[in-house]
Amino acid sequence: MTKFLLLQTYGGGEGCQVPMTEWAPGDIKAHIDFQHALNAELLSTGELVDAQGLAGPELAKIVTFAGVGAPVVTDGPFLESKEFLAGYRMVDVDSEARAIEIAARASAAPGPDGMPIQQPIEVRQVMGAPATDL
Amino acid sequence: MSARLEDLLRDLAPQVLAVVIRRFGDFSAAEDAVQEALLAAALHWPQDGVPDSPRAWLIQAAVRRMTDQLRSDQARRRREEAAAVREPPATEVTDQDDSLRLLFLCCHPALTAPSAIALTLRAVGGLTTAEIANAFLVPEATMAQRISRAKQRIKASGVPFGMPEPAEWASRLRSVLHVLYLVFNEGYTSSVGQELHRTELSGEAIRLARMVQRVLPADGEVAGLLALMLLTDARRPARTGRGGQLIPLAEQDRALWDQRLIGEGTAVLTRGLAAGVVGEYQVQAMIAALHDEAARVGDTDWPQILALYGLLERMTGNPMVTLNRAIAAAMVNGPAAGLEILEGLDGPLAGHYRLAATRAHLFEMAGDTQAAVTHYRAAAARTTSVPEQQYLTTQAARLQQ
Repeated sequence: MTKFLLLQTYGGGEGCQVPMTEWAPGDIKAHIDFQHALNAELLSTGELVDAQGLAGPELAKIVTFAGVGAPVVTDGPFLESKEFLAGYRMVDVDSEARAIEIAARASAAPGPDGMPIQQPIEVRQVMGAPATDL
Repeated sequence: MSARLEDLLRDLAPQVLAVVIRRFGDFSAAEDAVQEALLAAALHWPQDGVPDSPRAWLIQAAVRRMTDQLRSDQARRRREEAAAVREPPATEVTDQDDSLRLLFLCCHPALTAPSAIALTLRAVGGLTTAEIANAFLVPEATMAQRISRAKQRIKASGVPFGMPEPAEWASRLRSVLHVLYLVFNEGYTSSVGQELHRTELSGEAIRLARMVQRVLPADGEVAGLLALMLLTDARRPARTGRGGQLIPLAEQDRALWDQRLIGEGTAVLTRGLAAGVVGEYQVQAMIAALHDEAARVGDTDWPQILALYGLLERMTGNPMVTLNRAIAAAMVNGPAAGLEILEGLDGPLAGHYRLAATRAHLFEMAGDTQAAVTHYRAAAARTTSVPEQQYLTTQAARLQQ
């Protein structure tokens, strides 16, 4: 089994350029139900490790420190907030192919009028211990 | 292990721990010894049967373990001698006093809130480290370390195992009640995916509050906190819809409220109020009771709630209370009255999502849709809770249509 992190940012997908606060309430509900159902399914297949959403970029801080004096803390909001991480799923799966399959499902989450939002999902493998037969 | 055996062990755990701490004076080592005794009981009792005096069995097992530990550790020999000559307590100490002593120790103000919570759940609640880690969504090793550091901190601060001095009593009891309140809220404001585990935290907080109430039946604030938990928990079944979405009080199906909990909470509150002095948990419980009593949202006694929030505001000076007073004022005197109160909160609650959410709600009441949408969006962008974010996003979208 290999762990993968499936990351999504605030950048909308090809299928949807409208912020969620402007969707029809029924479409928002359908989107949320879809996410719950996907998590429940991955839980039941024994593949879900963790799924979390992150609080918005308005609450984000960027910290840099040179090791002396005081750290520099930059408050949001940030101009490039579309690039900020919005949330992630960590899955523990048989193969990269399966991770990609799950990412594809997540990308096609329903948006306005039930059309797939085509949100880009970044699939990153989590590094683990060396194989036992080394 | 059967549920009955598990309940028995969890009831006995703090009593046994207290006895061992009193005898040896070492919280950390005593806790380890009691955990091992509980483990031994969980292994043997299902096969050999529960002994005639389970408490004595556990104490004996823990003390034996403790003694072995002391013997094997040369550096601790002096402490063993000190323990051997220590006078037994002059007065009869009841099991319930012991549980309270343990709570005072675990909720000591020297500890940070997360440490006190973890230690309380482990030592008094008898939850395993894995269960606590699960409830707070952190790895077990992290939680084990948090508990271990809390124990070290208690050791280093030299806090004695005993009842606080009379002068300290009120503030120490306040720390205990605050920790139980935090545990309850952790469970009540559960996030969606882990709802099940976190709901157990509320149940645990109620169980511990009941225990404190049995020991201190005449304390109004203890009764107030227990009543507040019961009256709030009664609404849990109506608070989330299918798929975990948040349903605000005004839109809840009141037929789903647990009338048994409401009855019990009201009775506890009423008995506590007979004690005379009214504290902040009691006032919060009175407000919760007024909501629970209204069969329909239109029946809510808002003037009474407004008066109680005014009282609570004077007692606590907490801007969150002022926020709630603004909502009550809007219900009694119209949205403009509420919005006016909110203006005073721009300083203390600057940028807080709840200020934006309340403002949005009151602007909507006033018929100013555009302002409501703006504030719902601002609130959705700043909340840190998934169900709340979804609720606020939907509110903005609904008005946008």
